[in-house]
Amino acid sequence: MPDLSRETLVNAVLLLLLPAAALTALALGETFYINLVSRIAIVALAGVGLNLALGAGGLVSFGHAAFFGVGGYAAGIAAHHAFDMSLFLGLLPGTVWMPVIWMTALLSAALLALGIGAISLRTRGVYFIMITLAFAQMTYYFAISLTPYGGEDGLPIYLRNQMPGMNTNDPIQFFALVFGVLLLTLWAMSRVTGSRFGAALDMARLNDVRLASSGISPFPVRLTAFVISAMVTALAGALFADLNGFVGPSMLSWHRSGEIMVIVILGGVGRLFGPVAGAILFILLEVLLGGWTDFWQFWLGLVLLGAVLFARGGLLGLLAGRARHD
Amino acid sequence: MKKLMGAATAALIAASAAQADTKIGMITTLSGGGSHLGTDVRDGFMLAMEQAGSDVEVIIRDDARKPDVAKSLADELVQKDKVDILTGIIWSNLAMAVVPGVTAGGTFYLSPNAGPSALAGKNCHENYFNVAWQNNNLHEAMGAYMKAEGIKKPFILAPNYPAGTDALTGFKSRFGDDVAGEIYTKLGQEDYAAEISQIRASDADSIFFFLPAGMGIAFTKQYAASGAELPLYGPAFSFDEIILGAVGDAALGVKNSSQWAYDLDNPANAAFVDSFRAKYDRTPTLYASQGFDTANLILSALGKADPSDKDAFRAALKEADFDSVRGDFAFGNNNHPIQDIYIREVVAGEGKPTNKLVGVAIEDLQDAYAAECKL
Amino acid sequence: MTLPLFIEQLLNGVQLGVTLFLMASGLTLVFGVMGLINLAHGSLYMIGAFTCATVTGSTGSFALGLGAGVIAAALAGALIEWSVMRRLYARDHLDQVLATFALILIISEGTRYLFGGAPLWLDVPDALSGAVALPGGAVYPLYRLAIIGVGLLVALGLFLLIARTRLGMQIRAGESDREMIAALGVNIASLYTIVFALGAGLAGLAGAMVGALQSVRVGMGEPVLILAFVVIVIGGIGSIRGALVGAVLVGVTDTLGRIFLPELFGLVLPPSEATTVGASLGSMLIYLVMAVILAIRPQGLFPANA
Repeated sequence: MPDLSRETLVNAVLLLLLPAAALTALALGETFYINLVSRIAIVALAGVGLNLALGAGGLVSFGHAAFFGVGGYAAGIAAHHAFDMSLFLGLLPGTVWMPVIWMTALLSAALLALGIGAISLRTRGVYFIMITLAFAQMTYYFAISLTPYGGEDGLPIYLRNQMPGMNTNDPIQFFALVFGVLLLTLWAMSRVTGSRFGAALDMARLNDVRLASSGISPFPVRLTAFVISAMVTALAGALFADLNGFVGPSMLSWHRSGEIMVIVILGGVGRLFGPVAGAILFILLEVLLGGWTDFWQFWLGLVLLGAVLFARGGLLGLLAGRARHD
Repeated sequence: MKKLMGAATAALIAASAAQADTKIGMITTLSGGGSHLGTDVRDGFMLAMEQAGSDVEVIIRDDARKPDVAKSLADELVQKDKVDILTGIIWSNLAMAVVPGVTAGGTFYLSPNAGPSALAGKNCHENYFNVAWQNNNLHEAMGAYMKAEGIKKPFILAPNYPAGTDALTGFKSRFGDDVAGEIYTKLGQEDYAAEISQIRASDADSIFFFLPAGMGIAFTKQYAASGAELPLYGPAFSFDEIILGAVGDAALGVKNSSQWAYDLDNPANAAFVDSFRAKYDRTPTLYASQGFDTANLILSALGKADPSDKDAFRAALKEADFDSVRGDFAFGNNNHPIQDIYIREVVAGEGKPTNKLVGVAIEDLQDAYAAECKL
Repeated sequence: MTLPLFIEQLLNGVQLGVTLFLMASGLTLVFGVMGLINLAHGSLYMIGAFTCATVTGSTGSFALGLGAGVIAAALAGALIEWSVMRRLYARDHLDQVLATFALILIISEGTRYLFGGAPLWLDVPDALSGAVALPGGAVYPLYRLAIIGVGLLVALGLFLLIARTRLGMQIRAGESDREMIAALGVNIASLYTIVFALGAGLAGLAGAMVGALQSVRVGMGEPVLILAFVVIVIGGIGSIRGALVGAVLVGVTDTLGRIFLPELFGLVLPPSEATTVGASLGSMLIYLVMAVILAIRPQGLFPANA
């Protein structure tokens, strides 16, 4: 039986940790660390997206970097045209307005996920893993061949995108924005998983024959979850590109898919706040190990291997008891 | 020689005041297929710092030839370590990701290797100094040389990234457009079977290729194994000392263009080559010479001004008041070098082939984009 | 487009395909028998290449290096199976993906620590250097022909192994019913180790052979690994025959697509655009082929009896 109150407490601490760290960095005048906390929040958001497919839906997508990248490119291309005063496909002007860019990112990811999902969701298990990976590679090569937008070299974003009423160039305001998006998404996710749709998705994971016998076809349920999941990850991608001032094919590389997955697992699969815990842990490991040795990924690998073999349930599993999942 | 030492000592004394709290960040490629370029830039740079007895802090980071990594390292060095000067990037695509943001933010960037055309023309910047060459330069020289040699139909190839486009543009600007074929390969590609087959099937009478680092090694080895016998030409990047060591006799007789050669006759160069060999036990490549020049340029400017006084420091850099190992060195209006480009030939050396200076291709070459720059 | 050029490019495609087969056959065997997805298969390819480069460098004999590369990869495979993989057979694919992803990080960074970041260069052995004239006017490097020959021999050997030997029978039994082979008195633990080491050895062989052609460096196995995944998805996971057909299909499609699509587009588009569009479509072609095949046959061309 999961200890709900303890999990709630852990979740609250996790959430407070981010603004506390950002404000401390602000007080110390360390811009770098404010941006680091923004990065944690963004990476967590990407994980929240994948978590819907992976945790709630049991769909092991090894291709979420494709959606992360699509979001990034939406932001990058829009900003590029805004900077150049040129037109996208000769039709649409660029923009630096975040709401417009976010809608573009969400929409393009939804379309891509519909296509990829429609084919790969016909398969299960290991096929699904490899096919999502292969489709992500295809998008990766597409990005590489996108010469008008830098191709292999990627696209620098010279202007940070704007939000009405805010100065997004100010690191702490940008953090507030990112954190706000994360909070809203977490709230929305809790509503989704708690809804009838969430119950159907749960059932599709556990026993799709029973779901089918109750008159609901599992395929559209899974496809919907996959598309929503892709959209959230794409939103994170748009913010990530903005934070870095750069978007390139590496955003779509399969290592990135692996990292997003690692974040979800490290935190705890299928738990609402798992990705937040995972992102904090992952980036802390990166900063601490990276500051200590050039070969930090070796140790990251060991930690990860240990976590898979011996600490199932991830960080939240350790902190807040075993989850309802598995 | 004596005069040189005197100048160095004078610079040293003057510099020590400004150097105390100056920080230099170096982002370069130390792992992966392009690592020997970054290693040589770093070693050349650090050799100059050591010879000057400088106590300036140099923070060195590896970008693994990934633009996104370079970009985040630059953010870290500027925001967290608060460096005054950034340098070290090898690859043009990485430079494009990093340099515009860094220079716009008020940090100085000195390029020891990449010179993308996009940063030389209308997007030139007062805080951006190129101590190597504008990307087109060596290829322009080779284009002019091959035309003068009576080559009719070269097959030309380069990797698909900004320096690759610049290379073939530069080549054709002097040679003309009449080539047997033109291929852009993937950056980092290591299997050239398909391209070699295509070259063999064409009516080419020679090959001009710009394939730096591991790409050049792979291409030259596979080309030699394919049985094709067209003469090879290229910029020095395709035939540096490390590449020659790896490909061996397959490269003998090849002509290549360079702004520097280790047997270039001037006192600063002789001292540099000797001390580099003594310290690292290998012959320096052009990358090492560029790293060495970059460090000496920084040291010469630090001797005159503090980087916190940006205008004074910028003016000091622009004077280029240092003994370049390539002989004459001056900045054009766009902060890119005006320099001679030489032709070298690959000849048999001790155990492995080596480059030998054979002539000058173009004197006082200034890049084609300088006029577009409003500096 | 002349005939000799076409033959050469076709051979280039087959050579890539044969390399992919060596990778894919190990992956597909391991999945077929143990139900395990192994991302770290590319690391075994890399281990084979690094060992071959080191041993060739110190002994001067490529043959010794090649042998050492295969053995080192097989031993590394056995070690990995014994220490990590056997804890994962009962787990879901997610755990397997993660654990083997962790292994990639560990092995890649470990290799970088031992050998440094700079690539190693391995020369084609003298006996196999140079090119030979083929009927039809094509001229082709001898070493690449040798790779094709070795690959086809290995394919034949694998078919015989599986069809004719006791080990092959156990493998087939394992693929169709894992509980049954235990009942037959087969030592499953050692069968699994042997199958894993076999797959690892084949990956090491591929790495060592390709290493002499390209360069030996950290991360060299990853692009090949992903292509191998495409191969086994197309061929049908668990099927050696599918792996062979899929590998040659992917190798040839990829090579010919990259070369001829730009030319094809050159007929209707101006040269610079044709190169761009053609090259981008060329690099995505195998994934499009995969999508089409999966849309028609979700279990691949030769679904294993799983």
